[in-house]
Amino acid sequence: MNRFIPYDEKTRNEMLEVIGVEKFPDLLEPIPEEFRFRGLLDLPGPMSEIELVDRFKKLAAGNEGAEKICFAGGGAYDHFIPAALDHVLLRSEFYTAYTPYQAEASQGTLQAIFEYQTMIARLTGMEMANAGMYDGASAAAEACLMAMRVTGRNRVLVAGSLNPRWLKVIRTYTRRRSFRLNEIPFREDGTLDPDAAEKLAGDDVAAVLVGYPNYFGLVEDLEPLARLAHSMKGLFVVAADPVSLPLLRSPGDAGADVVVGEGQSMGIPLSYGGPYSGFMASGLKFARKMPGRIVGRTVDRAGREGYVMTLQTREQHIRREKATSNICTNQALMALANAVYLALTGEEGFREISSQCYHRSHYLEKKLLEIPGVTRVFGDTPFFREFTLSFPVSSRVFMERMLDAGILPGIPLPGLGDGVMLITATEKRNREQMEAYFETASVICGGGGR
Amino acid sequence: MKTIFDTGGSGGIGVSLPGLDVPKTEELPEKFSREKEGRIGLPELSEGMVMRHFVSLSSLNYHLEKGIYPLGSCTMKYNPKLHENLARLPGLTALHPLLPDDQVRGTLELMHHLGELLCEITGFRGVSLQPAAGAQGEFCGIMLIKSYHEHRGEFHRNEVLMPDSAHGTNPATATLADCVVVGVESNEYGLVDPEDLKRKVGPNTAAFMLTNPNTLGLFESHIGEITSIVHDAGGLNYMDGANMNALLGIARPGDMGFDVCHLNLHKTFSSPHGGGGPGSGPVACSAELAGFLPDPVVVMKDDGGYALRKKDGSFGRLLAFHGNIGVLYRAYAYILTMGARGLREVSEAALVNANYLRALLSEYYDNPFDHGPCMHEFVLSGDRQARLGVKTLDIAKRLLDYGVHAPTIYFPQIVHEALMIEPTETEDRAELDRFASAMISIAGEAEEKPHLLKDAPVNTPVLRLDEVRAVKELCVVEPLNEGSVGE
Amino acid sequence: MSNVPKDLRYTDTHEWVKDLGGGEYMMGLTFYAQDQMGEIVMVEFPGLNEYGVGDVLGSLEAVKTAEDFYAPFDCKVVRVNEELEDEPALINEDCYGRGWIVVLKTDDPSGFEALKTAEEYSRLIGE
Repeated sequence: MNRFIPYDEKTRNEMLEVIGVEKFPDLLEPIPEEFRFRGLLDLPGPMSEIELVDRFKKLAAGNEGAEKICFAGGGAYDHFIPAALDHVLLRSEFYTAYTPYQAEASQGTLQAIFEYQTMIARLTGMEMANAGMYDGASAAAEACLMAMRVTGRNRVLVAGSLNPRWLKVIRTYTRRRSFRLNEIPFREDGTLDPDAAEKLAGDDVAAVLVGYPNYFGLVEDLEPLARLAHSMKGLFVVAADPVSLPLLRSPGDAGADVVVGEGQSMGIPLSYGGPYSGFMASGLKFARKMPGRIVGRTVDRAGREGYVMTLQTREQHIRREKATSNICTNQALMALANAVYLALTGEEGFREISSQCYHRSHYLEKKLLEIPGVTRVFGDTPFFREFTLSFPVSSRVFMERMLDAGILPGIPLPGLGDGVMLITATEKRNREQMEAYFETASVICGGGGR
Repeated sequence: MKTIFDTGGSGGIGVSLPGLDVPKTEELPEKFSREKEGRIGLPELSEGMVMRHFVSLSSLNYHLEKGIYPLGSCTMKYNPKLHENLARLPGLTALHPLLPDDQVRGTLELMHHLGELLCEITGFRGVSLQPAAGAQGEFCGIMLIKSYHEHRGEFHRNEVLMPDSAHGTNPATATLADCVVVGVESNEYGLVDPEDLKRKVGPNTAAFMLTNPNTLGLFESHIGEITSIVHDAGGLNYMDGANMNALLGIARPGDMGFDVCHLNLHKTFSSPHGGGGPGSGPVACSAELAGFLPDPVVVMKDDGGYALRKKDGSFGRLLAFHGNIGVLYRAYAYILTMGARGLREVSEAALVNANYLRALLSEYYDNPFDHGPCMHEFVLSGDRQARLGVKTLDIAKRLLDYGVHAPTIYFPQIVHEALMIEPTETEDRAELDRFASAMISIAGEAEEKPHLLKDAPVNTPVLRLDEVRAVKELCVVEPLNEGSVGE
Repeated sequence: MSNVPKDLRYTDTHEWVKDLGGGEYMMGLTFYAQDQMGEIVMVEFPGLNEYGVGDVLGSLEAVKTAEDFYAPFDCKVVRVNEELEDEPALINEDCYGRGWIVVLKTDDPSGFEALKTAEEYSRLIGE
């Protein structure tokens, strides 16, 4: 026996006796002989705890990238995570519980989700939020499907300046016969072209979906796009970066009907892409069309406040093929991480983080523009935390040599030309690290590399 | 308990940030600024106050480390502590997802190896580690099957068959994949009726979705015949792997005629449930389907290194990045800890525990499917108690008073007043006895003191909550600028 | 025991239908069905359009269940019970009276005639 199975052969035999069978194989009687696996699976192990730690340390040592100073973003960001946060996540009461099916024994999880919903709603400027989705991309895809349910229409206009990986997820989720997706092109300044959007308009449009800031870090002007969506009686969906929201006009204020986004920036480690947490907020009138879980406040029999999962008839376990989504298990612990993060940073701290991302990234952009041959790609369009520059060397050479110097310099954007990089600076990137970026990049660009 | 917005504190902060060591730039143009919207409405609390709030909240939860958590088809097994530490190694977490492949050799090696191990466990050839949870795995599986049919020019195949006992995610997934659901009846033994299946398959059949063991905890003994019927009609077989904890090293989906299955790493492979995620729902499939797997998959290069690649026929992408990697770390640690013999012991003990508990309870509750042994879970009916005017919901609430978690209730829907019980292998005999004695006491109370059930729970932080009011007077966020009423 | 008025007709999907004369028919949910569902918290009404037999007209939502209701024959929806918007639980309190759901119109009475009688419906629900 192993350390996770709590009894020995003797106890097992006694239990088999209670069951009324002689030996264990009698319990396998329903499995036809031909389908029983013979022998042992070809697997490594078993490993002791000592051996397992050793194995994992070796794997971790193979990840040279973990040591690099991170200037990459593109939908995942290297933000500071307060130490207290993980201590909450490691409470057995939270991480070894499951979906709060029995509300009276799950008030901790339920109230925490209610607080999370409140924080997301306030941050996005919306009336309500759900309990979370898998990630920002799948939340954006679900928002498109939701808009189709609300409007009974089957075409969406998606910003061409949206994160391209998100666009792929949207296309995957909406691969159905009756569905059409049009990309709204972006202008030379990197933001959407309202005139081009207007040309795509029609009374079959369910939603207009826009990244805010967009993939290049640029701040889109939401209001004309909201007007366009509403003039067609479609929904205006904003895919917002939460860290930008303390500074930027809230999507709700600008007329959004649905706001989705990626919560990784709020207390979740990069962890090579997951687990992250998607969020979704909307007006109350769309509550019954939302996918995913929603927690509501009510009272118990003594009139005391308490929390339950509510509007459950939207969900797959009741509505089956007519459900608003197939989502079941989501990313609850990551939503909790978001809530604890926003509680710790709070009104002042989160504003400060947002502000520092803004100023640090602008400092870095200006600094790098001092290097001869480095140019802006989108002029002086306002940006948040993330910007694109064109370097006078190939992206491959630039990446390799920056990594050799211990810096992950950003993400190459080959679609905009060789040498074009998407660069991010969060509150964690200090002046010294930015100077190092500048020095190394200067050498690479000065030395030529094409 | 007061919400965090009403916990006092004003102007407090729970984090120490560095000063800005670079010159400020111009502020954003006014039309982009939030300035005039006023406060966001986030808390203003010190670190200590935040901890006190969330630790107080945590104390209101029942959880697996307190006692048995026998939710059927949820596999609430113990979550090894070491794996939490390993998944938090800085070398594994401080990795941007768009790092070049040669910067993440360790994690790619782990993912590739984990994929191989899952293929060995399921008897398949291809794998995607991307799906974030079981339901997304189902979507992935059905999209693979659709891609397969479309590749062969059979665009009309849009019917997904499934038994009436299927988990709700199955029909919801079929709809999401733009397919039509066709129900197949269960027979008197709780198994798929092959005759009805024969009637339902046809030229439009895309897939048959089946959980095996099924949601009644019964192994589909006719599985060979079932998968052949579907194959003969030109359809493919999908196995919902929610109940894989019954089959580790005992039987493999790939050997039974299934073409694709998903696994729930947060169920079978011990990663924590987290209050409802993050899960992970890898999909394993036959060689014929592997060419359509979502972007990206991990491949081994000629030089022995690893890389992320997009398959030429890939149907698309499910998440922005590569999957719930942190969950993969834990599952990999689990498989290495157990080894082949250990995994087999897991399923054997899961079967013994379920059958033992069923034996203890069979006298006191109706057992509609008692024709033979169950697998890792079983379904009782509260019908006998319902005739006394006590609902299964009341039984569930009363269990909370006894300090155990309730089973899954009212599912599967083909059983009246269903109680679906899965103890898992990590419960010892004494804990199973404790749960059984609570169930038996409650059966007695249903006859003699039914009000104890109808008034339950009384030993929980709140009494029974009014779910009707929660819907009718919808309150899903704390209103801004006014605190909650509190207690 | 359920309440199945003799003067109404019934569908397999637990709607009752009453002949109002002049080609108009009132429809609601049976006592048996509302009892199974529990308190109704929301009614989704159809538009005042034409529907074919078996078409989904709208849906009823309780806390743990939601059920569609269907056109019992080819018809046009001419009125909906707007009182249910604020008080959906009228369906529970008075399912054959103030809890009516829609009024349908058709020129062809044969669809109505083909519906189940009270006796037949009682058998369907096992009483």
